[in-house]
Parts: sequence; C-alpha cells; structure tokens
Amino acid sequence: MDYLLQIIGPLLEGTAVTLKVFFITLVLALPLGLMLAMVRVSRYRIASGVVNGYIWLMRGTPLLLQLLFIYFGLVHMPGGITLAAFPAAIIAFTLNYAAYFAEIFRGGIQSIDRGQYEAAKVLGLSYGQTMRRIVMPQVVKRILPPVSNEIITLVKDTALIYVLAMNDLLRVARGISNRDFTTFPYLGAAVIYLAMILVLTIIFQRMEKRYAVYDE
Amino acid sequence: MPSTMNDAPMIVARDIHKRFGTLEVLKGISLEVKKGDVIAIIGPSGSGKSTLLRCLNHLETIDRGRIEIEGETLVSTDADDVCRYAPDATVQRICRKMGMVFQLFNLFPHLTVMQNLIEAPITVKGMNREMVLPKAEALLRKVGLFEKRDSYPSRLSGGQKQRVAIARALAMEPDIMLFDEPTSALDPELIGEVLRTIRQLAEEHMTMLVVTHEMAFAREVSTQTIFMDEGEIVEARSPAELFANPQHQRTRAFLEHML
Repeated sequence: MDYLLQIIGPLLEGTAVTLKVFFITLVLALPLGLMLAMVRVSRYRIASGVVNGYIWLMRGTPLLLQLLFIYFGLVHMPGGITLAAFPAAIIAFTLNYAAYFAEIFRGGIQSIDRGQYEAAKVLGLSYGQTMRRIVMPQVVKRILPPVSNEIITLVKDTALIYVLAMNDLLRVARGISNRDFTTFPYLGAAVIYLAMILVLTIIFQRMEKRYAVYDE
Repeated sequence: MPSTMNDAPMIVARDIHKRFGTLEVLKGISLEVKKGDVIAIIGPSGSGKSTLLRCLNHLETIDRGRIEIEGETLVSTDADDVCRYAPDATVQRICRKMGMVFQLFNLFPHLTVMQNLIEAPITVKGMNREMVLPKAEALLRKVGLFEKRDSYPSRLSGGQKQRVAIARALAMEPDIMLFDEPTSALDPELIGEVLRTIRQLAEEHMTMLVVTHEMAFAREVSTQTIFMDEGEIVEARSPAELFANPQHQRTRAFLEHML
C-alpha cells in the first residue's frame, strides 16, 4: 500500500502527458479528418486524388515511423526545421489520425441515400445547408461505433511517444519497473488505461443511445 | 379558379433533349402548363416520364431545349446549340416555386414529422419558428397526420410517410407541385389515402404534374393526360378523350395493357 502511494504520483503525471496528447490530437484530427473527407467526396478530381494519396501515405506507414520522421527527419529536409518532442508528437498523431477519421467520415457521407440530397435540394437547401442540417447529423449516428473504436485506439497509441523520450503513462511505469525490479507499476498503468477507456466507453454508449431515438 | 395578373404559363418546355451517356431519354419534349392545370403523365417504365419531371426542377440538367417557369428562363439553348442555365442563385430561386414528392418519400429520418415540415421554411426562407409552426400544424391537419407530429418517419406507414412528404413540400408554399410516381412504392391498401390527398390539392386548383401508373386516378383528376413512350410525348389530350379514344396505336396498346 505504501508502495502504491509512492508510485501513484509519477503514474498520474504520466497519465497527464498521455491525456494531453490524446485530447489535443482529438481536437485537431477530427475537424481535419472531416475536411479531408469533404474534399475526398467533392467533385474536384485533383484535390480528391491528392487526399487519396495522403491517406494512403498515412495508413501505409507505421505511426512510429511517422513520429520518428517528424521529430528526427525533418531537420534533414531542405529548409529543415527542428521540433520539440511535444509538437512533433501532436503533428504526427494529428496527421495520422486525421487520415483514419477521413476514411470513416467518407464512408459515412457516401452511405447517405441520394434521395436525401434531392429532397433537400427541391426544398431549396444549399449544398452547405444540406450537409450541415441533413447529411452530417445522419452520418454521426452511423459512424459513432467506428469513431469510438478509433478514439479508444488513440488513447493507447499515445504510448508510442516514448521514442521521443516523453514521459507518458507507460514510459513512467516502465521506468519505475526497471528501477524497482517489480512489474507492479505495469499493473497500475493497466488499471489507469482501463479507467480512461471505461469513461470513453460510457460516453460513447450515451451518445449512441441519444441517436437511437430514430431508426432509418 | 383564381385569376392571375400574370398570364404567363406556369411551365413552358420547348424541345427538351436529355441523354444519359449514349441513351437518349428525352427526344424533344415540349409542353405547356397553365395555372390550375393538373397534368397526369402516363406511359411505360423507361419512357422518360420521371426524367422529364426531374429536368423541370433541375434535378437533372438538359442537353438542349428551353424551360421557363412562370415566365422566367431556367435554361435556354442558343442558335449555336449551346445549352445555358441561368446563374445558380436564379436557378435556385426559380426551382423554389416548385415542390416535389418522390416515389420513395425521402423524408429526413433524423427529424420528427413536424421538424421535417419546418426545416426548409426556417433554414431556407429564414422564417422564425413561431411563424412556421401554425402553418405546419394546419398542413398536418390537412393531410390528417396532426397526431403524428412528434413521431419519427420510421414509425409511419408508407401512406403516412407520403402524406408527410406532401405536407413538407407544401410548407414551402410552392406554386407548382411535381409528383414522381407518388404511389408506386406503396402497398395497394395505402394508395387510396395518398391519392385522396393529391385529389384534394387538385380541387384547390394547385398546379400539378403527376407521373403515375394509376390510370383511374389520371382519368378522374387530371385536366390533361400526357402519354409518353420512348422519350417522346405521343399524345396529350383531355383524359376523357385520351382514355376513351386514343389516337395512336402505342397509346392504345399501353392502355389495353394497363386497364
């Protein structure tokens, strides 16, 4: 018990780092993903193709590699820049997750029946109004399950920032474990991860319930 | 019938051509719709009836010809055979004079019946809720669905959905109503209630174009019946004449097959 009290402080500090990366990534990647999806479904062929290539790149290489490249690799590019660990992590996670979100949004948008667009159009709604008022509310209901999945994965993916020597929850746990020759800190980390994901799961279930008021 | 200051026909279509790829679905359609006309468009599947309707309100674009709505040009074709639409804002404004009812209803599933009705008046016309609600309630009473105002569309029968769709279109106060096979997706026992609603509109002298497979309805309600086949208007006459004494072999064959 004393030992637990001793390590809980550092573990919670690690949790704070994990949550910070998680929230900032989420807040940036969701809208970026939505924008990418809108371009992807637009009639602008070239822009849509560029986004398609971008998504391939982001899904086609390991997130770990992207993280390392943005932190260590950008320096060697022409006009190279050096980034601190934290912004490098945020950029890598945002770019990567936006690609996955974009594909989920695209699937959701394309699953909406053409008749919805036509009904909106004959009622005089503009394309923007149709997307905002008619299409996106229905898309949200359909994509909630895959988006929840992705967001839950993000919580755990943040552990990758250890390669940038950032002290997230898992790295802190490993440090203590190595120092004290015990696996107990890993157990503590696991409980904290589970708690975070339980909270997210409850939030998503509530949201799904709210959208369950109508069937399609 | 209310008299109008403006004597321009509600719809004038001249020599409309429309192709999908190599398939020519409309081969030079012309028609004129006057205020209070109820035009029934009949004909075999694939004859271009629905496409014609969809061209009138810009759900499809035409390749050649001219369309005027209440004297305003939606699209025209110049001497060099170049087909030009009015600017987007004008097209939107002109098309707002027409309401449309679809075969598959296309109600918004995430909105209640009442929300379906007031969405466009609020979003498009910028009306406030307090102004729209009484009108929407009156429309729901008119189609006999006031008690369903807070239901979601998935809770309604097909016939109820279509009556909501009609009320939703009317909520935008269109001058013309376009019906694209409004009863084709309905179980036989639900067709009557929708046709009654449309008939009621006809009695109020709403200008309407109705694409339909309901021959009895076309015969009783329309002021003019158009028979289309293979992208052409074969006959356009009063229903009494067209049904009793079709002039063309194709019309006769179709009617014999349908009746």
